Amino acid sequence: MKTCFSIKNLNLYYGEKQALKNINMEILENNVTAFIGPSGCGKSTFIRCLNRMNDLIEDCKVEGEVIKDGQNIYSSKQDIVDLRTRVGMVFQKPNPFPMSIYDNIAYGPRCQGLKDRKKLDEIVITSLKQVALYDEVADRLHESAMGLSGGQQQRLCIARCIAMSPEVILMDEPTSALDPISTSKIEDLVLELKKDYTIVIVTHNMQQAARISDYTAFFLLGEVIEMDKTDKIFSTPSDKRTENYITGRFG
Amino acid sequence: MMREKFIEELNKLNNELITMGSMCEDAINSAIMIIKEDEFSKELYDKVDALEDATDKKEKEIESLCLKLIFSQQPVASDLRFISAILKMISDLERIADQALDIADLSKEIDDFKLLRNTAIFEMAKLVTSMVKNSVDSFVRKDTQMAAEVSKMDNEVDKMFLKVKKETISMISDEDKEGEVIVDVLMMAKYLERIADHSTNIAEWVEFAIRG
Repeated sequence: MKTCFSIKNLNLYYGEKQALKNINMEILENNVTAFIGPSGCGKSTFIRCLNRMNDLIEDCKVEGEVIKDGQNIYSSKQDIVDLRTRVGMVFQKPNPFPMSIYDNIAYGPRCQGLKDRKKLDEIVITSLKQVALYDEVADRLHESAMGLSGGQQQRLCIARCIAMSPEVILMDEPTSALDPISTSKIEDLVLELKKDYTIVIVTHNMQQAARISDYTAFFLLGEVIEMDKTDKIFSTPSDKRTENYITGRFG
Repeated sequence: MMREKFIEELNKLNNELITMGSMCEDAINSAIMIIKEDEFSKELYDKVDALEDATDKKEKEIESLCLKLIFSQQPVASDLRFISAILKMISDLERIADQALDIADLSKEIDDFKLLRNTAIFEMAKLVTSMVKNSVDSFVRKDTQMAAEVSKMDNEVDKMFLKVKKETISMISDEDKEGEVIVDVLMMAKYLERIADHSTNIAEWVEFAIRG
């Protein structure tokens, strides 16, 4: 199994406050890696380090290395637009653009200069099919995406991410605003997508981490307490703090 | 402390298992008491029969409680191992009570229990009874050392079974003794040997619940 990200001695500060402490981690390709931990433990901060989304936050300082394809993404040579194309992201609340379903997906490729209508059609349809949304919206591709249900909007956001042919999809609590049926659809989708993409997911739902991830990392107070195969974490975790958190003894 | 209700339910499960374990100990002790007496005791037999029936019911109750906790609390890690171990242990305990009744049933067929005194069966019964007790106790105390000792005792019981087997074979050559009764004695020893195996299973589940 090839390594997708190799994180070395990563520290992150919001002003004076240290939010991530000496993180070392390997994230494997074509795997689903889940981050769990109580609110404020640093898991969302950490996932945002993987495509430098924290650059947008004032006073945020990152030390250490995140190596992708042999290059530290925090080096000055890194093209950030290229990084975010290769490492896409889906957020907690579905955030479709206020435009048609078609244009939502075509937006990224168009920004990259693609104008060929036929190619755009192909990307839109393939992306929608990959997220199992095409059959539900085939007859209204040019209607506003805002009219879709929450679950459909989230799948549209994933399709929009896929349209850029990323290598990695980062998901920050992608189902916390969705009902159980929509959640289940996204979970099935994640398992399907891992064949083609590396997926990193932050979740507050531990059963979700147990259901869909191959590896789970437990974060606490900015540190990775334990990372292991998901089966191991949820059956025989090595650290008492992991055990106490996942069994609901604290948090 | 979070999940107080869940922890309360786990404690209840633990207590129910202790109760079921005590019922099994009582069943096997009573079955052995029948053959220790000079004459068959209907009172003791009825007690074993009632205990066997009660363990069946207790097994169902504990099973329902475990399933309810699995679907409602979705336990993980040590909680999941604890509940899974209990689900497996109750099957072994239920079989132990069945076999105690099997021993009691065989005792009905034997006219003279003095025959048994020439065998190592009582020595075997003593060891098996303590295995049952210690296997359940090791779970209650979360004592893997105690559980490991139960597993070791199983080898002793196996040796004793072979001893009883040899003793019964030598009885067959004695023309005064009825062949059928001798086979019954051997069957009793075999049931004891099976009870020891179930106790060993329980001890192994204790290790799983604690260490994974």
